[in-house]
Amino acid sequence: MTTPDSRGGSYNFAYLDEQSKRMIRRAILKAVALPGYQVPFGGREMPMPHGWGTGGIQVTASIIGRDDVLKVIDQGADDTTNAVSIRNFFLRTTGVATTERTADASIIQTRHRMPERKLQEGQIMVFQVPIPEPLRWLEPRESETRTMHALAEYGIMHVRLYEDIARLGRIATAYDYPVQVNGRYLMRPSPIPKFDNPKLDRNPALLLFGAGREKRIYAVPPYTDVKSLDFEDHPFEVQSWDHTCALCGADDSFLDEIVTDDKGGRMFVCSDTDYCAERRTADGANAEAAE
Amino acid sequence: MQNPAIAVTGISKTFRLHTQGGTEIAVFRNLSLGVDFGTSLALHGPSGSGKSTLLRTLYGNYRVDAGSICIRHDAGYLDLARAAPRQILAARCRSIGYVSQFLRVIPRVATLDIVADPLRQRGVDAADARARAGAMLERLNVPARLWPLAPATFSGGEQQRINIARGFVADFPILLLDEPTASLDAANRDVVVDMISEARAKGCAIVGIFHDADVRAAACDRVFELAPFRDAA
Amino acid sequence: MSADLPLLRVSQVSHFYGDRAGCRDVSFDLWPGEIIGIVGESGSGKTTLLNCLSARLQPSHGRVIYRDRSEVMRDIYALGEAERRFLTRTDWGFVHQNPRDGLRLGVTAGANIGERLMAVGTRHYGNIRDTARDWLGRVEIDAARIDDLPPAFSGGMQQRLQIARNLVTAPRLVFMDEPTGGLDVSVQARLLDLLRDLVTRLKLSVVLVTHDLAVVRLLAHRLMVMQRGRVVEEGLTDQVLDDPHHPYTQLLVSSVLQA
Repeated sequence: MTTPDSRGGSYNFAYLDEQSKRMIRRAILKAVALPGYQVPFGGREMPMPHGWGTGGIQVTASIIGRDDVLKVIDQGADDTTNAVSIRNFFLRTTGVATTERTADASIIQTRHRMPERKLQEGQIMVFQVPIPEPLRWLEPRESETRTMHALAEYGIMHVRLYEDIARLGRIATAYDYPVQVNGRYLMRPSPIPKFDNPKLDRNPALLLFGAGREKRIYAVPPYTDVKSLDFEDHPFEVQSWDHTCALCGADDSFLDEIVTDDKGGRMFVCSDTDYCAERRTADGANAEAAE
Repeated sequence: MQNPAIAVTGISKTFRLHTQGGTEIAVFRNLSLGVDFGTSLALHGPSGSGKSTLLRTLYGNYRVDAGSICIRHDAGYLDLARAAPRQILAARCRSIGYVSQFLRVIPRVATLDIVADPLRQRGVDAADARARAGAMLERLNVPARLWPLAPATFSGGEQQRINIARGFVADFPILLLDEPTASLDAANRDVVVDMISEARAKGCAIVGIFHDADVRAAACDRVFELAPFRDAA
Repeated sequence: MSADLPLLRVSQVSHFYGDRAGCRDVSFDLWPGEIIGIVGESGSGKTTLLNCLSARLQPSHGRVIYRDRSEVMRDIYALGEAERRFLTRTDWGFVHQNPRDGLRLGVTAGANIGERLMAVGTRHYGNIRDTARDWLGRVEIDAARIDDLPPAFSGGMQQRLQIARNLVTAPRLVFMDEPTGGLDVSVQARLLDLLRDLVTRLKLSVVLVTHDLAVVRLLAHRLMVMQRGRVVEEGLTDQVLDDPHHPYTQLLVSSVLQA
């Protein structure tokens, strides 16, 4: 793998100037100190459109150092367009090592998924957030949602879950499922499937969330309680499948449905490509050892 | 007179009609009267002499310009000329009843519930209150088929009897009657006269306006002439 | 409940819009279970006063003191915002003239009723449903419509839904701004009857603003008549309506068409 010399180019290390990084780091520190609280920051324009993860990229750019090992995933995969272009961006602007292996990464930037492998102390996950405000669906005024957060007036979120059950018989929200952090702030966990919500709870890694368009940063520090909202008689549940992964046989991972032909053929495979590959490698090794 | 039911002292009443050029109508001046429990007083005077006005002041419905209107209430006296609204309402709940000439109909409320209402306001449970209301309506010959209906479309006589039932159902210690028999036939008039006599026998203090001389003679033991107070006004 | 202290004590409340007085020097006590009507034509200051009383508009002068459930007299404008908002969502209700201002039109009838319950921490879906169905019944809406959206309801039903949404937390004090305004006469009668029944049964204290004298005759124990921001006459409702003293009250009473 080549590591181009960032100092030779016309950009600063990790693209952002040092003043901007300091400003963003201060916002991150505040976010860590107030788990789940949305800290406004002076978001910079990045050389890509909003919606491509500019919030997460600014967070990563502010915390990344020369010794870091970066992993970027999109929908659980390392090889999709968005993941590849962000990884290339940091390759060109920092020259740090990159990896597809969850276990080897010190920083994991993500959209839509958390890795299946349990994260470790010292690792940092950076989430790209399209809409940070969980109360926005009912209250368009920012001043009012801020007051609602300040006073922890969160009953209205249960109105939304109530509506799900009333109309559909169950809580149908499957992505971006609202959580309460550390018993205090209500938080949108970004569009990860609710399958990943239990991984937010008391995670040993530091979880950082960046919203580029709305210029907000929030955080879940290591080992923080994160509770998914629910009703006593309709408890929070994650998705489950009747299938196992067609490639690695995993029965504990989030599966994507792949259409294989025009005749209705389909298969279910792990959305976390690294997890799937690791399991298959291990199986291969076991098979070889058995021979 | 010891422990009278009503003690009115030196009251005056003048209407000022601001919408009609400030016309002043003096109704009575420096009027005093007392009524004992177990007695019945008829207000008397020609039309326009202020009988209804006086009766309404005794209920706290009209205000007076001077004087006091003390009524026996909760083992004490309440001066209606100075009492706070909630005190007057409490007195109307427990101590003083009023049968007006016309029934004020409330949309959708059944006849039986209109009659039971004074009892319900005192906290009597619904079944008991309705049973007593039913007995009262029966006595006044209001057919049971009308009880569940709102009386908006009833005849004047029927409405009047409902009004009377409502006034008598709660055994008020003081009862004010404004022409209670005006639109009743002879049979029902006799029933009302009996009811008044019974109430008086039970210790009720009654003040009423009765145009019918026979009714007045049968129902009352004293007549109060208003004319002198009007002349004084 | 200690009956020797008022539930609401209003002293010398004034509110100015620049130089113009919205309401001026209004004082009264509201007692538990008491319904006070505030009448006057538009622009008389009754809505300004209602907003001052209901913690929605800080008065320029004067104080509004509320006796809370722990029997402590609290100046509502000295409360922290959290306490004040909690109070207005639990112990108080506010019924708007236009039900669209008091309902969430995008969520079902059941959710509209259940919102206050969820706001105070009820987390049992089944219990919330049961309570919502019970309240729909109490306001004479078919419980089968629990999952319908408010825009599918008639104006009268929307108003009844708004009332249910307010009363579900058993408030002690309810503010009403022309609750029967904008409704057909037949619909009004039904709503009035329902309100009369509910406020009596629940022993609610109510501050009722209206320009309709028939409404206060039916509902209010006491009356305040406002003109140009001031209370020009007050007293027992039937006293004020049957024996009005102030020229403006006489004009109001004499202007009512006799049906």
